Amino acid sequence: MITKSIASFLLGTALAVTATGAAFAQDKTVKIGALSDQSGLYADLGGPGSTLAAQLAIEDSGLVAKGWKIDIISGDHQNKPDIGTAIARQWFDVDKVDLIVDVPNSGVALAVNNVIKEKNGVYINSGAATSDLTNAQCSPNTVHWTYDTYMLAHTTGQALVKAGGDTWFFLTADYAFGAALERDTTAVVTANGGKVVGGVKHPLNTPDFSSFLLQAQASKAKIIGLANAGGDTTNTIKQAAEFGIVKGGQKLAALLLFLTDVKAIGLETAQGLNFTETFYWDMNDQTRAFSKRFAEKMKNNAPPTMVQAGVYAGVRHYFKALEALGGNPHDGAKVVEKMKSMPTEDDLFGKGEIQPNGRTIHNAYLFEVKKPSESKGPWDFYKLVGTVPGDQAFTPLSESKCALLKK
Amino acid sequence: MQALYAQLLVGLINGSFYALLSLGLAVIFGMLNIINFAHGALYMMGAFVAYFLLNLGGINYWWALLLAPIIVGIFGMILERTMLQWLTGLDHLYGLLLTFGIALIVQGVFQNYFGSSGLPYAIPDQLKGGMNLGFMFLPVYRGWVVIFSLVVCIATWFLIEKTRLGAYLRAATENPTLVRAFGVNVPRMITLTYGLGVGLAALAGVLSAPINQVRPLMGADLIIVVFAVVVIGGMGSIMGSIITGFALGVIEGLTKYFYPEASNTVVFVLMVLVLLVKPTGLTGRAA
Repeated sequence: MITKSIASFLLGTALAVTATGAAFAQDKTVKIGALSDQSGLYADLGGPGSTLAAQLAIEDSGLVAKGWKIDIISGDHQNKPDIGTAIARQWFDVDKVDLIVDVPNSGVALAVNNVIKEKNGVYINSGAATSDLTNAQCSPNTVHWTYDTYMLAHTTGQALVKAGGDTWFFLTADYAFGAALERDTTAVVTANGGKVVGGVKHPLNTPDFSSFLLQAQASKAKIIGLANAGGDTTNTIKQAAEFGIVKGGQKLAALLLFLTDVKAIGLETAQGLNFTETFYWDMNDQTRAFSKRFAEKMKNNAPPTMVQAGVYAGVRHYFKALEALGGNPHDGAKVVEKMKSMPTEDDLFGKGEIQPNGRTIHNAYLFEVKKPSESKGPWDFYKLVGTVPGDQAFTPLSESKCALLKK
Repeated sequence: MQALYAQLLVGLINGSFYALLSLGLAVIFGMLNIINFAHGALYMMGAFVAYFLLNLGGINYWWALLLAPIIVGIFGMILERTMLQWLTGLDHLYGLLLTFGIALIVQGVFQNYFGSSGLPYAIPDQLKGGMNLGFMFLPVYRGWVVIFSLVVCIATWFLIEKTRLGAYLRAATENPTLVRAFGVNVPRMITLTYGLGVGLAALAGVLSAPINQVRPLMGADLIIVVFAVVVIGGMGSIMGSIITGFALGVIEGLTKYFYPEASNTVVFVLMVLVLLVKPTGLTGRAA
């Protein structure tokens, strides 16, 4: 009797073990956290729109119909690294999140990068600019989509130097992003025979730039490089027009400009600005179709910015990797490795790849802001002036200092 | 040296906004004893009203200068009638919390509908362009802001300190019961005073619309600095808030030139120093 009980007990446990083992291999639950600035100066370029982009990616993956259970939650990091890391920790420890997406603001993005590595999650960053995410601070858990400071410097920056803009003055946002963008652009300027004659660091979220603009004007530099973003960039451009800087012969280099920024400045003031993006809603039939679906669900009917498009594309690729793995192993490094081994392809960014350091490579486009007379609709802002292939736009692996490459 | 003149002038421009806003706060605090944390949100509403007037009604900047303060002022008076008046005689903290809550709600509603990037508002044609002063290029619009706000500040000071109406107002703050006995409708006067303070905020909002973006958080970013200005100048002092407003604009401008990284903290450092030496502010009376 006793032996029988023991035998059945042992058998039962053994069965239970195999059962959990099987469940582990075919676990089809995924939880995504969209971490962004939901209400501050970067909320329009990422924020609620990025959460929507991730939701559309879930819809389009078709995984739910195949029996997957996918949840998404969102959080507001308020542009503060401490709040960002606290949310990330809670998401991993309590909410069992697998993937964190978006995360604009380079300062927050770098802080969260460490948490995700420590917790072995997956990080698809689309909102932050710093090239350090895939360079000095690269991580086996991180994929950086959409853009970075190296790319911005080697497209917009390089084009301006080659067009004769050989003296530069920087207006730099005083945090990780501004510093990285200034550093990468300075490297390009000097490498192409140009010179940086000065610069000034301004606090994040500055309403009035006139003092800084006067200093830029006095420097007599041919190019005033704006190493800032969002509301800071729109205010600088607007006030530079007021102080007659462009009329005086100096040229503004909006190193980072988003669709929502152009909307905020207005075409009257923004016309003629040259800048780089990797996605624009009006590129081809696929981007227009996606943007239409996206805009219908947005509160102010805005089409997606490149950051939001990057969230969509990144999440789609993540799901492809999970499907190839046959389930969610809940092992961030393993999933990212799978993502890197598969070429990327989607409607928004076209074909590309993820390099071993986590950098996604795809085309970058040089745009010019249209004149008010050329614009046919409420969001018809850009004219395509050139295409830079991904391998020329982003950091070559030979220059990358990422530790993952030394294996 | 030329650069220094330019920075002084630019500081004066920013000082105009500080002065207009802190003046409104001082009027409201002096007469109603309310620490109006909704001031930034009302400033933002002024800019938005100007934007709507132009884009929905085709009403230009000059009319907006008149209409926006009236419209937002009426909104303020409704707030005072329906909510703030019940706080008379209670601790300052209640007014502060209530107005702070109102500010959060107003900002939240605007943000929900208009996002955070803001909307463009063009400089009126008559004030476009600029003039070369030798040491700097001064946009005409900025010069206009300085002169116009100086005029408004002095007019307000005159109204409160030198006219009969102002005398009633000041008397009503000291002893409302006695003033009532003379047949003056004190509650109505207080409502109008709040409307005036709010109108000043809205006016500053219209003035700033062509310079900054019209965006929901434009007031939230500014109001903290303005409160520091009021504290330095002395709570409730009309002249004190005007002078401190302009002076701090200039000091901030100079900081932007000599040590830009500290430009958004210098006002608070000054506030701490002033409070250590003179807890009532530079021109404040002992409470």
